[in-house]
Amino acid sequence: MTIPAIAAQPGVWAATAMIAAIVLCSTAGEVLTAAAMKSIGDLDEIRAHSGLKGAIRAVVTCPLFFAGVSFLALAFFSLLFALNHLNLSLVAPASASLTLVTNAIAAKLFLKENVDRRRWTAAVLVCIGVYFLAH
Amino acid sequence: MAHQRLLLRQYIILGLVAICAPLGDSCLSRGMTSLPAISLAHPTTLIAAVFTPWIVIGIVLLIGFFASYLTALSWADLTYVLPATAFGNVIVALLARCWLHEPISLQRWAGIVLITVGVGFVAQGPSLTERPAIEGSRMERLTPEEPSLANAAKPAVQIAEEQAQ
Repeated sequence: MTIPAIAAQPGVWAATAMIAAIVLCSTAGEVLTAAAMKSIGDLDEIRAHSGLKGAIRAVVTCPLFFAGVSFLALAFFSLLFALNHLNLSLVAPASASLTLVTNAIAAKLFLKENVDRRRWTAAVLVCIGVYFLAH
Repeated sequence: MAHQRLLLRQYIILGLVAICAPLGDSCLSRGMTSLPAISLAHPTTLIAAVFTPWIVIGIVLLIGFFASYLTALSWADLTYVLPATAFGNVIVALLARCWLHEPISLQRWAGIVLITVGVGFVAQGPSLTERPAIEGSRMERLTPEEPSLANAAKPAVQIAEEQAQ
């Protein structure tokens, strides 16, 4: 099989759309997974009461968990698609750092987490830090 | 039952979250780059790659990451756990500096400092958002009458304790 040559780099809007798809799918996946785990309860306590099988059963019988994993899978394939068109040095830091901020927003809106000033500051610092580290 | 102060085992779980993902990715990368180029015309070579030592270690580490991540999300907020995952990048960068003697640019040092400070900010705060007392069973909470994720995000163990009383 021959590897097709990349004709041209996509435009700004196309690149933005690809990164946005990764960030949105990833955020939806993380939030749904977090909601699933909160609905299940402390896994350590479940394992103490019902053993490892009980803990695994509690996770795999939760529909929200599968919804979250589905979105995480979509995010993974969006990442693969984006990497096929864009440079890794752009996609990896942009998606990783933006996801931190969108997760904080989504956690506040949908999970009603107490995202106080401390957590906002942390999200922004880690976001910039990840960009510096990966770029 | 909000765990405002984390226990030692919970810190260990967060440590596993931080270290397993980047190490697993590194093992996968090492394993895949050491293999000859895999063609889509011969997909069986891709299956064979799964059984090479580095790939096996990488998969085991990533399974460990996902298990630790799910466990952490069961007793801590998403906005508390996520910075821990980012801290893994710092650990890997420092390991590469100390063991592999790879140079770290000034920009990367700045990134390390920012992530460390950010994680420090979060770690000093509460790990879980306080929620009001819960009524009804888990199944009732997951019915269409209460479809929001916030309602679903309540621990079942707490409900079981209430029912036991």
